[in-house]
Amino acid sequence: MKEKQTSVALSPYQRSVHLHGRIWGWTALTLMLMVPLAISVYFNAWPPLTAVFKALLGVAPLYWTVGIIEVFTFVPMLGTGGSYLGFVTGNLTNLKVPAALNAMEAARVRAGTEEGDVISTIAIASSSIVTTVIIALGVLLLGSLQPLLESPALKPAFDNILPAMFGALGMVFISKNPKIAAAPLVFMVVLFLLVPSLSSSVSILVPVGAAIAIGVARVLYKKGLLGEGGKDSP
Amino acid sequence: MEFSVNHPVLYLIAGIVVAFVIAQSAFFLVKALRQARKLNMEAAVIRKTVFASALFSIAPAVSILVGVITLSQFLGLPLPWLRLSVLGAVTYELPAATLAASTMGATVTETITRAQTFSVIAWVMTAGILSGLILVLLGLKKIQGGMSRLGGKDRRWGQILSDSLFLGMISAFVGLLFAKVRLGLPGFIPIAVALVSALLMAVCGLLIKKLKWDWLTQYAMPISMLGAMALAIPITALMA
Repeated sequence: MKEKQTSVALSPYQRSVHLHGRIWGWTALTLMLMVPLAISVYFNAWPPLTAVFKALLGVAPLYWTVGIIEVFTFVPMLGTGGSYLGFVTGNLTNLKVPAALNAMEAARVRAGTEEGDVISTIAIASSSIVTTVIIALGVLLLGSLQPLLESPALKPAFDNILPAMFGALGMVFISKNPKIAAAPLVFMVVLFLLVPSLSSSVSILVPVGAAIAIGVARVLYKKGLLGEGGKDSP
Repeated sequence: MEFSVNHPVLYLIAGIVVAFVIAQSAFFLVKALRQARKLNMEAAVIRKTVFASALFSIAPAVSILVGVITLSQFLGLPLPWLRLSVLGAVTYELPAATLAASTMGATVTETITRAQTFSVIAWVMTAGILSGLILVLLGLKKIQGGMSRLGGKDRRWGQILSDSLFLGMISAFVGLLFAKVRLGLPGFIPIAVALVSALLMAVCGLLIKKLKWDWLTQYAMPISMLGAMALAIPITALMA
């Protein structure tokens, strides 16, 4: 498939994705805010502002920062359509971003091209529909599903979703770029060995890993040590 | 109005938002599929992208459902169902709900009975997660413009840059596998599962290359992931 240079000038498709993405996104945002509003109105249960502020003071500084970091880290991977959709449907790190990466890799298109954008959007949309439908069915059928889902026999499988996902993804991307991968990998492994408690803030470490990888890649690239197409030379 | 965490109105509200999310996903799916046709992308590749992404999402979706069940013990079903079907993740919702409950003198060990406490939790969960979406809505064009200038006119460097971003993310999660090794042998279970998954992926890669099984390309990832999850059961039994 032909690769195109990312351009600041937008194609008609990109322009239309921006327009529709904003319309759907602002509607989604309004709808999300209507939920607590509806609860407050319907049950006549307006929250004490001090309680909301006090709780937000505990969560917002961290989660708002993470949200902003996620935008800068994931937007170049997800493309335009994928970003508008992914930032409404959520579960980015544990589902949508890996789904998009895998789909682009398998379809042999690159992030930042129009083909990459299309594949990423298709992957995220399919993933969102399946996920939302499964959760909805699960909620409907909860009575019969709960014993199965919480059965001790299946627990190890569900406990290991992330290793199962990143083992395979790692195999693909690390074997493609071992020279770029080495430094951030060593850094992260050592970091988690020394400070295991960082597990709960792994999303903050994603941009740290990216910064290390980009720094190393820049040096290697300048020295001519990276081959054609951004891959390590054979 | 008598309040209950499983009040039918809450189901109705959650249902509306969930239907909206599905509609938005369907809209973008159709739009991207049309554009794929215009770009003359192979129909088989597109079809496989849809099916493979769907297959890939089943296991994480079930794990999100387990998160809904966990939260439902104190928030009822509709609110966690809603929160985990849109922007959010259980790793965020639980701390946010816990903190919000505590400011109202409630704990996460029992079902919320006061409407006002529930309302505080709903406001905090919602307001705490919106920064990413707002930033995307206000500034996606500018951010993308800035990012593509970072890549500059050098196409190869642009590709290296996006590969480096992927590797940054992957390395953070590979590092995470090592967080529990201090626990001894059971702490190595995630590493063993990741290695099994990588091995399955390598086998798929070999089959694709040597036997020209191109159809496997899109399915290699869901197969490796689900295979490794299944094997996590005997691995855990051996190592725990």
